[in-house]
Amino acid sequence: MDPMIRLILAQGMLGLNNGVFYAMLSLGLAVIFGLLNVVNFAHGALYMLGAFLALILYSNLGPWLGIDALHIGFWPALVLAPLMVAAFGMLIERFLLRRLYKLDPIYSLLLTFGITLVLQGVFINFFNASGTPYPGMPDSLKGVVNLGFMMFPKYRLFVIVFSIIVCFGTWFIIERTHIGARLRAGTENPELVKAFGINVPLMVMLTFGFGTGLAGLAGVLAAPIYSVSPLMGANLIIVIFAVVVIGGMGSILGAVVTGFSLGLIEGITKVFYAPASNTVIFLLMVIVLLVRPQGLFGKHG
Amino acid sequence: MKKAITASVSALAISLGAGAAMAQDAISDGVVKIGVLGDMSGVYSTGFSGKGAVDAVKMAVRDFGGTVLGKPIEVISADHQNKADVGSATARQWIDQDHVDMIADLTNSAVALAVQQLASEKHTLTFATGAATSALTGKECTNYGIHYGYDTHALPVGTATAVVKNGGDSWYFITADYAFGHALQDNTASVVETLGGSVVGSSDVPLATTDFSSYLLQAQSSGAKVIGLANAGQDTVNAIKQAHEFGIVEGGQQLAGMLVLISDVKSLGTDVAKGLQFTSGWYWNQDDASRKWKEEYEKFSGGEAPTFPHAADYSLTMAYLKAIEAAGTDDPDKVRAELGKMKIDDFFAKGGTIRPDGLLEHDMYLLKVKDGGTDPWDVADVVRTIPGNEAYASLADGGCPLVNN
Repeated sequence: MDPMIRLILAQGMLGLNNGVFYAMLSLGLAVIFGLLNVVNFAHGALYMLGAFLALILYSNLGPWLGIDALHIGFWPALVLAPLMVAAFGMLIERFLLRRLYKLDPIYSLLLTFGITLVLQGVFINFFNASGTPYPGMPDSLKGVVNLGFMMFPKYRLFVIVFSIIVCFGTWFIIERTHIGARLRAGTENPELVKAFGINVPLMVMLTFGFGTGLAGLAGVLAAPIYSVSPLMGANLIIVIFAVVVIGGMGSILGAVVTGFSLGLIEGITKVFYAPASNTVIFLLMVIVLLVRPQGLFGKHG
Repeated sequence: MKKAITASVSALAISLGAGAAMAQDAISDGVVKIGVLGDMSGVYSTGFSGKGAVDAVKMAVRDFGGTVLGKPIEVISADHQNKADVGSATARQWIDQDHVDMIADLTNSAVALAVQQLASEKHTLTFATGAATSALTGKECTNYGIHYGYDTHALPVGTATAVVKNGGDSWYFITADYAFGHALQDNTASVVETLGGSVVGSSDVPLATTDFSSYLLQAQSSGAKVIGLANAGQDTVNAIKQAHEFGIVEGGQQLAGMLVLISDVKSLGTDVAKGLQFTSGWYWNQDDASRKWKEEYEKFSGGEAPTFPHAADYSLTMAYLKAIEAAGTDDPDKVRAELGKMKIDDFFAKGGTIRPDGLLEHDMYLLKVKDGGTDPWDVADVVRTIPGNEAYASLADGGCPLVNN
């Protein structure tokens, strides 16, 4: 195979691998913004929380309980950590965010930004700032697969496949099922939906929990690839917001498709001019905002 | 907090008492204060700085007897977070308000260059150990800055020479994108090119990157025989791990870590790191005196084995205190003059001298990772001892303006 094509394919695979995290995180943001009209700045911190919960379940919980042999591994963490993050998210919604719905959206943005700073501060205090490797990668996902053009770690391949399923599953639930229809209706016209006997506040709380749970899930998936560090979310959240803006605020499909394709574009840029890969996303954001301010998939301006 | 208050109250009491006793004191403020300014939480906090470095300095103070010229010795420490501005602000406060007499460690070249400059303006001695850039005693040398342990000139002399002589004559660099990485890459490239090798490309990577995969692929597609890692600490560990994950070593390319510590090898595991050659300023298993010191250190710090920057931190503290004793004062100019006259001859440096440009010239060691021994820290063999005058640039070639003028 031509070495150039091989390099493009290989960097594309790595880009797709990053795109997974862009897609899953911007999906959660889009669900929350689309249905609640809240710009959740704490999303990166909740992603970080998911990764730390996986780490804590594996490394710290045993010693805390005095059972040194206790390691809650990757598979249980993949279920437990997102549920815990979702529960945390629902607490935030129920006790903090709910008080701000009647005010300007800037208030909920500032609140969630504050939550981010608090969470980061807490984890910097108890864990080191530069990151701890996650030791619990399951044996079944260790090793490499030969893709023909490159050797690719099995685990990363698993992450790509798994998150594509999660992303399109979420899109399907919200856009194509009865539950999704009620959700959308509930945010469009809460009074009317209440009149049908549906508990709108509960629905909103569950939606927020679902969105934050997705962030937690992305965090658990990221733990074995990247070091688990208090600032891992802060580094990512800027890109995620760019993805959401390019895809169209609140558009579910837009978030997913944009997330994956921007990862891909970023990866392939590395082949031609590596230093530009950090800025290419923002360059695209500028262009999209100028040409199509509602975003590529946005419905209204 | 309570401790800090107690310390400052007692320091105040001491200084008041001393002030009453004599107006002109041999020891300024009646206490010799050593500040360990390092990376206490980041990528360089294991192996280079961190608790290990503070322990080494404290152990030296204990072994010296806790006092010098009858005055107490105090050790304080702070985290510069790998940020030059945080490092400078801390150093400024230490010198201006806390009357720190000497600043040690200064891991991270960017921080070290900034603090050395600042401290020199304020006539305060600095001993950089973890920082590697040869600029510290080259074009940015100062009258009060000492570089103790190694530099980017000495590292590739051992490692790169050995690799090129084994046939690794084309290199691709993965470089930490700041003063240190660029200095190390330049110095390594000049060793490679002098021996007839070539450099085919390089990738600059931000400090504390966790995903090296795309840079490694770039290196792989360059076709270079050797991937030179001009980085350190956790960055080097991550790069080597991921090179194995992506089958790059199995694909026939060789990795050359230009700055590797035994703590990195231990965290990689000897099965991954086996055969890796690296240059070090010291290795605990090099002779009896070093083995004995390692045992003492492990007892003092509670288990972790010392790396060479830790040994350097101990050695420099001893040298500094001896120089105060010899000079009969902690006046920085007189202490610096004394340090220039002394021979640094201990378990760490054999026949070492601190040159007028501030560089400690001493022997370096080329190590090769072996199968794990009975001691979990017994990870390498000394392949070659590199004499100090071969490892380091000569005083004339070092480029220090203070010397050439």
